[in-house]
Amino acid sequence: MIPVTAAAIPRLHPKARLQRDEVRGREVLLYPEGLVGLNATGAAIVALCDGVRSLADIVATLERRYGASGLERDVAAFLDGLAAKGLVLYGP
Amino acid sequence: MDPRPLWLLAELTYRCPLQCPYCSNPLDFAGARFKRELSTDEWCRVFREAKALGVLQLGLSGGEPTLRPDLEELVRTAHGLGLYTSLITSAYRLTKERLAGLKGAGLDHVQISVQGADADLSDEIAGTASYRDKIAAYHYTRELGFPLTVNVVLHRRNLHQVEALIRLAESLGAERIELANTQFYGWALHNRDALMPTKDQLAAAWQVVERERARLGTRLEIVWVLPDYHEQFPKPCMGGWARAYMTVTPAGEVWPCHAAGRITSLTFENVRDHPLDWIWEHSEAFNRFRGDQWMPEPCRSCPRKAQDFGGCRCQAFLVAGDAGVTDPVCSLSPHRHLIDAAVAEVEQAARVEREPEAWTYRAAPASRALATKG
Ligand code: SF4
Ligand code: SF4
Repeated sequence: MIPVTAAAIPRLHPKARLQRDEVRGREVLLYPEGLVGLNATGAAIVALCDGVRSLADIVATLERRYGASGLERDVAAFLDGLAAKGLVLYGP
Repeated sequence: MDPRPLWLLAELTYRCPLQCPYCSNPLDFAGARFKRELSTDEWCRVFREAKALGVLQLGLSGGEPTLRPDLEELVRTAHGLGLYTSLITSAYRLTKERLAGLKGAGLDHVQISVQGADADLSDEIAGTASYRDKIAAYHYTRELGFPLTVNVVLHRRNLHQVEALIRLAESLGAERIELANTQFYGWALHNRDALMPTKDQLAAAWQVVERERARLGTRLEIVWVLPDYHEQFPKPCMGGWARAYMTVTPAGEVWPCHAAGRITSLTFENVRDHPLDWIWEHSEAFNRFRGDQWMPEPCRSCPRKAQDFGGCRCQAFLVAGDAGVTDPVCSLSPHRHLIDAAVAEVEQAARVEREPEAWTYRAAPASRALATKG
């Protein structure tokens, strides 16, 4: 798999759904016959994958929100992990 | 360890227009034990209790779940609770209107079985002409935007079609194809000699799967459910007894897996008598094989026990006559010779080109006849 570029627009595969797991106090990504538990940052990234924002936009939003910098590598690696599972697709 | 369940399989009814000889439903599905189906309200209560207990994935299965006229309402309730809801259907007489209604109610995913790659074989195995309905329904699910799983139970009579089945799923634009080698429970165990494949058949099919996986990548996920009689170690059944799964049967009994009801040495509770969380936490059936305290040797001192949990309790009961022993499929089990004998019998029959036995179709009259025979 080719790693994602900053201009790519990640979106959730339509089979996947972000859901609050109240019992375990976390967000989860649900899909046919499976699920991935997400930590707060993971959930924030997935929530920003709206099919409009590019990876660069998502990184900028998160860096602003958390007052951090240099998040691009981590965000890209996280999304590539979900893409390898077929849960995230890259546009445009 | 997370002590709460993630998965609920709701077997809404054991009525089914198909008659698959490998059906995992109980042999006595037509008997009094499963007759008085839960009402709409009772199911909705079960879904609420399951969600509160930690369940996130719901399978609506059967029998044939579309025979329940309240399916839309059940889906709406499940969706409202945030459950990821899958319909597991044979698609017999399933119309586009019905599917559209289910989509509107919030159904997330559709799994449709097919018994073979062409109408002749598929209908012969199903015992009911249904291939055309299935193909039509596959297209409807795609048109309506559902993620689609094509499910095929594999056995001696259709393993040679694995490539054609994968191509079929690919041409339909399915997300997943589940190639489930027959697990010998329920009707499949009854029909074991007719269904069990040869080692050569399995090896050839596995080669196709590896090649097709490389070709298709994430475009089509190919799930291969291992033929456990032909493995050295057992499957990690249900991810461990009473760890993540529960099945509710049509009349409300709660089982740690969909085959557990055959274990006559256990008592199963009913959602009509107890809340689901009580059954999960306190019932004898769920606690009997939870964790690893129950394990005898060779599991007790085996380093693999955290990985396979000693295998399947139902298989231990069905093959060795004791649900509390090591899964007989394990090469370390003192009962492995029973599995080897069944496998050898099939190899021998194939060598001399003896026709496999005829199977018994899964149907209500046969079910009643078998139940009286005991
Ligand atoms: S396996 Fe076949 S007979 Fe059994 S419930 Fe499914 S479709 Fe019906
Ligand atoms: S002995 Fe028990 S734990 Fe070890 S591999 Fe066999 S079934 Fe698994």
